[in-house]
Amino acid sequence: MSDAQTQIPVTVLTGYLGAGKTTLLNRILSENHGKRYAVIVNEFGEIGIDNDLIVESDEEIYEMNNGCVCCTVRGDLIRVVEGLMRRPGRFDAIVVETTGLADPVPVAQTFFMDDDVRTKTKLDAVVALVDAKHLPLRLKDSKEAEDQIAFADVVVLNKTDLVTPEELEKVEATIRAINPAAKIHRTQRSGVALNEVLDRGAFDLSRALENDPHFLDAHDHDHDHECGPDCDHDHHHHDGHDHHHHHHASDIHDVTVKSVSLRGGEMDPKKFFPWIEKVTQMEGPNILRLKGIIALKGDEDRYVLQGVHMILEGDHQRPWKDGEKHESRLVFIGRDLDADRLRKSFEACQAA
Amino acid sequence: MPTVAPLDLEGHCVAAVFLNDVPHFALADGAIHRLDNGQKTVQANDGLLAAFHDAANDRLITGGEDGKVFAVKAGGEVSELASAGKKWVTSVAAGPQGAIAYASGKTAFVRFADGKIKEFTHPRSVEGLAFSPKGMRFGVARYNGATLHFPAAEGKPVELEWAGAHTGITFSPDGAFLITTMQENALHGWKLADGKHMRMSGYPGKVKSLSWSVKGKWLASSGAPAAIVWPFTSKDGPMGKAPLELGTRGNTMVTCVACHPSQDVTAIGYEDGMVIAARFADAKEVLLRRPGKGAITSMMWDKEERRIVFGSSAGDCGVIDITA
Repeated sequence: MSDAQTQIPVTVLTGYLGAGKTTLLNRILSENHGKRYAVIVNEFGEIGIDNDLIVESDEEIYEMNNGCVCCTVRGDLIRVVEGLMRRPGRFDAIVVETTGLADPVPVAQTFFMDDDVRTKTKLDAVVALVDAKHLPLRLKDSKEAEDQIAFADVVVLNKTDLVTPEELEKVEATIRAINPAAKIHRTQRSGVALNEVLDRGAFDLSRALENDPHFLDAHDHDHDHECGPDCDHDHHHHDGHDHHHHHHASDIHDVTVKSVSLRGGEMDPKKFFPWIEKVTQMEGPNILRLKGIIALKGDEDRYVLQGVHMILEGDHQRPWKDGEKHESRLVFIGRDLDADRLRKSFEACQAA
Repeated sequence: MPTVAPLDLEGHCVAAVFLNDVPHFALADGAIHRLDNGQKTVQANDGLLAAFHDAANDRLITGGEDGKVFAVKAGGEVSELASAGKKWVTSVAAGPQGAIAYASGKTAFVRFADGKIKEFTHPRSVEGLAFSPKGMRFGVARYNGATLHFPAAEGKPVELEWAGAHTGITFSPDGAFLITTMQENALHGWKLADGKHMRMSGYPGKVKSLSWSVKGKWLASSGAPAAIVWPFTSKDGPMGKAPLELGTRGNTMVTCVACHPSQDVTAIGYEDGMVIAARFADAKEVLLRRPGKGAITSMMWDKEERRIVFGSSAGDCGVIDITA
């Protein structure tokens, strides 16, 4: 068995029709980086894609027959990836361009739940293209637009030249409210540096939380401008702890996704692991993404976690640096999350 | 002692078959290599995804990334049978009277011997195709079940429902049973006379290879550290019976099975490239090939029951002579 086979990275592009996905895709394919891409599209758009290896596939969502409603995969991707990987010499990476209305979750879960796909490929990042002008309208008329943002590792806030600075601030605040963990890039004509969308390692536990400076402490940066005047969350805790928590039920209408950011001290592994497993089992359908860095009592390494619905992956990442505060941080992005209960039960896992 | 005549090729072997007793190897890049007084090569699809051995016509039907369907005959004759457009042709099958079927996206096509083509569109993707051994009838594996079509007649298809994604399909040689492989690690079956369900689960991996033994008495399958062989001798198939587990190994998985043409014996190919033969009656094993570079992807016995042609995912293919 050849276990030396390297896993091919996969970048997923989501975003509404007209948000600039194809423009970005053509830039990825045409810029001089020496890499060859296989592109999987669900429909040939009006703008041509200039690439040798384009596969059109019909979006095919399969529920796994295990009684879990959130365990969905994309059957078409399983088939296409299997076919492509039989001739791996043709490309260095795969880009999946989804339709405007596509649910990003089954796409991502395919790369964790299907053994064959998981052996040969690895999900690098989910990139959402957002049209600065039309996002408010999109959020009004669809759940998908919100899901795409909530699920993204990188948000390309495109067509910023079509809105006023005030509108842009507001749109960015909306995105931040939906997903405090994503990296946001303001662009025109999808002009984001390609190293900001490719080779991100967003699902790679050893890297995931390193290259996301915003991640997990988003509220430290963005607190002020992401909360409107009728913001109803707690800005300060009055419970005597100095652990922060932060949860958004956004002031922005038409947003149903919220994030819950938790912060605590060192965790008791005997309490924390059963807790996080129970949370992902019970709340899995409501959790779009979760990420965390956990300080475990008596452990010299940082423990990193990431999850999609009920799928949870965790590993020791690296030793804590000298002087680095042994602190646990965890963010949930999802719907109908009970922030208070999550916070209290999280804090109860702290080591005595 | 069995001997192996190796043939080292570049790339994933999709199908290894005998055509007119000549070993043929269809690779994922669309090249069809054969050992016919030296190695010879012809080109079929630009990107070959699926292949089916049409025993009645001694030809290999192939489908691929170019949306085309080819027939490859012994001697290197390649002819294009159909073109489905820009989408991949992901499954092919051959049936009675020279008919073939192929799938592209949600559509299954049947091409009759006279070149006439009939389309069958489904609400979901066509994952697998197989003709029934009796009558002009074919089955489609799809999400949540299977669909049976009667392409020579008008009339409604028969829908067989079972929750989950069905990816591959085969009829028993007597036409009494329909078996599908699933996205989850299981097989599902229907007794066609009464629609009775058969669940065959417990596999640690996906089942990708199935082979019926002589007269359809047994169905051998991959997807476990052993070949899992289900008994189909009674009228209700394997229900309530335990399967045989042949050629169990601790450190690798069975990836390919090919039953002997006339005896209750199966060739078993593993992920590490090893090939053995195992007898159903006493589980006796014979080593046919030591581990190689890639997983065994395809095997076929010749008519004389003397040789086995095999292909692997790494291109280290060959022919085993069991009598030498």
